[in-house]
Amino acid sequence: MGNEFFPLFYGFHFYLFGLIALVSSILFVTRKSPVAAALWLINVMFCLAVLYILLDAQFIGAIQVLLYAGAIMVVFLFVVMLLNLGHPSELSDIRGKGGRLAAGFVGLALLAEIMVLARAEFPAKLTLPAAVTTEAAQGTAGIIGPIAAPLFREYLLAFELTSILLLTAIVGAVVIGKKREAGDAG
Amino acid sequence: MTLDLLIPSQLAHALLPDLLVMAGAMVLMLVAAWDRESAARQRRVGFGAMLVVVVAIAATVHMAVGGYTAAAGGVIAVDGYRWALDLIILLSALATIALSIEQNARDGILTAETHVLVLFAAAGMMMLAAGRDLMVIFLGIEIMSIAIYVLAGIDRRRARAAEASLKYFLLGAFATGFLLYGIALIYGATGSTQLNEIGAKIVHFKLYTHPMLLVGTGLLLIGMGFKVAAAPFHMWAPDVYEGSPTPVTAFMAAAVKAAAFATFLRIWYEGLYFLTASWVVPVSALALLTMFLGNVVALSQRNIKRMLAYSSVVHTGYLLVAIASSTALASTAMIFYLFAYGLATFGAFAIVMTLQPDGDAPALVSDYEGLWQTRPWLASAMAVYLLALLGFPIFGGIGFFAKWYLLQAALDSITGLVPLAVAIVLTSVISAGYYLQVVRAMFMSPRPEGAREPAPMGGMTRAVIGVTAVLILALGLFPSQLVRYSSENGLHQHPYSPTTGMGLPPGIRP
Repeated sequence: MGNEFFPLFYGFHFYLFGLIALVSSILFVTRKSPVAAALWLINVMFCLAVLYILLDAQFIGAIQVLLYAGAIMVVFLFVVMLLNLGHPSELSDIRGKGGRLAAGFVGLALLAEIMVLARAEFPAKLTLPAAVTTEAAQGTAGIIGPIAAPLFREYLLAFELTSILLLTAIVGAVVIGKKREAGDAG
Repeated sequence: MTLDLLIPSQLAHALLPDLLVMAGAMVLMLVAAWDRESAARQRRVGFGAMLVVVVAIAATVHMAVGGYTAAAGGVIAVDGYRWALDLIILLSALATIALSIEQNARDGILTAETHVLVLFAAAGMMMLAAGRDLMVIFLGIEIMSIAIYVLAGIDRRRARAAEASLKYFLLGAFATGFLLYGIALIYGATGSTQLNEIGAKIVHFKLYTHPMLLVGTGLLLIGMGFKVAAAPFHMWAPDVYEGSPTPVTAFMAAAVKAAAFATFLRIWYEGLYFLTASWVVPVSALALLTMFLGNVVALSQRNIKRMLAYSSVVHTGYLLVAIASSTALASTAMIFYLFAYGLATFGAFAIVMTLQPDGDAPALVSDYEGLWQTRPWLASAMAVYLLALLGFPIFGGIGFFAKWYLLQAALDSITGLVPLAVAIVLTSVISAGYYLQVVRAMFMSPRPEGAREPAPMGGMTRAVIGVTAVLILALGLFPSQLVRYSSENGLHQHPYSPTTGMGLPPGIRP
């Protein structure tokens, strides 16, 4: 792990991008215009990609940028623009006092939870054994190998089930969204 | 034969029935897309789907009889519990498709994908029955749920169906958040998503009061509570059950519940068994609340679909007692109960479907007044289903024994659930109030003047009603085979020995 050699460099960048991600996500949920919100979300995705790269997971970082920031958010923006949802006045968010109170309460509960969890002690053996360091894993199989091998071995079933899940969602979306049938009366 | 699940060919063998259903669904999806839209296509795809289910049932029987087992520590289980629940799920899917074909024909719905989505949902449910890894379980839940969201709104002309679909989708997505967060925290605390590894790590590292694990368990409980419609997470159930096409409602009430409880019990027994002292009180409280609240609200329902929806909430409460019992006996009682409940549910909803007024008009209990005079067989069958749901002896057939074994499981439990057993009996008495109200309306009220003549039944609806009613009564007279089958196929994960006290989770005293 690189942060043994450059603690200041890693620490600085972790906090810098962590802070940007945090601020961007707050802006993301508070913007009234969906386009602005989506753009802030892209910012969050980029910051997360940086954090992945700091963890020596360059492949995941690249995928994060390509898939989330690149593909999914672009499609999202297209939908927003095609449906002409870009005008903030047409949308209503949680304006009521009750809704805001509930949201604040949930946020506080999550914060309290994180603080409790941060104090929890973990058994030493749950952390990675010394032999399975990132360098050792990458030395033989490169950056993508350690992801690909389990994906097609231990997690083969989960991987294939994901494709069934997506197929089901596509079939469902087409059935719900397609043009009305000729036999449909109303 | 022991299958090694890390070898793809042997994994495929272990998944034979599941793969057959998925492959059949994909082929039929193409058939449905290829043909021109017509009533004939809808029937054809429907019959194809029934054929797929029958083949899958044969494959399940083959696997069950073959005595296959898996090496320890796989992502899926290869055991009798899985095959028993697969059979319940597949039989439900068969009945759903049969009813759907005729309901779609009556409503003029040409969407052949109805049957494809039922197959996909069944595939997801079968993964739930099999899953021994939280990731597989999560994917199974999502495959099942997404297919059901669409099925609920398949009749796009009715506003109520759209409302049901959207409501179910939004609340389901909300519940998924809880589920996923819980899984993530459990993974964070134990470093594994496999149930037996989670169990082993809890014991090895003594994580019995680890806050992250307990919070994760709590979130998982909330997520599962949504999926099985336990109070106070049941709010979606009545609206969704009422708005969905009736065959889909039956599928939700019987099969979704069976699959969700299958995985609920497996997670709780194989993964979190040694946390029993922590979760037995919340699960028992959930069971109590569900039983009482569901029953009290059901008493005031005049719409028969909403009444049956609350009745299904009540049955969730009864089944939660099996979860709280934490013994192998409870898992056999649950299999038996789910089978009996599934039969009665499908029969009752088949009759509701037959007597349903056209369009968006609600199906009221008053529509059943004097049914005995015009359709005596239909009225008798409905009485059998309602008495089975009530757990009435002899006339309720198998329903009586189902409740009996659940009571036994509660009384034999290691966690001392006598109050829950008392609650089952008490709430069953309350439930007589609304079940018998329908029976009274059918047999003792005169047929109102100008009452609508029920539409003629299709052959397959007739078959579903006949088979379920006969099975409930016949198995009620001769239950020994089914009892033996259930008891041979329960989970036997943690044998507790009363003499040595071994195998008991910490914090629990015998």
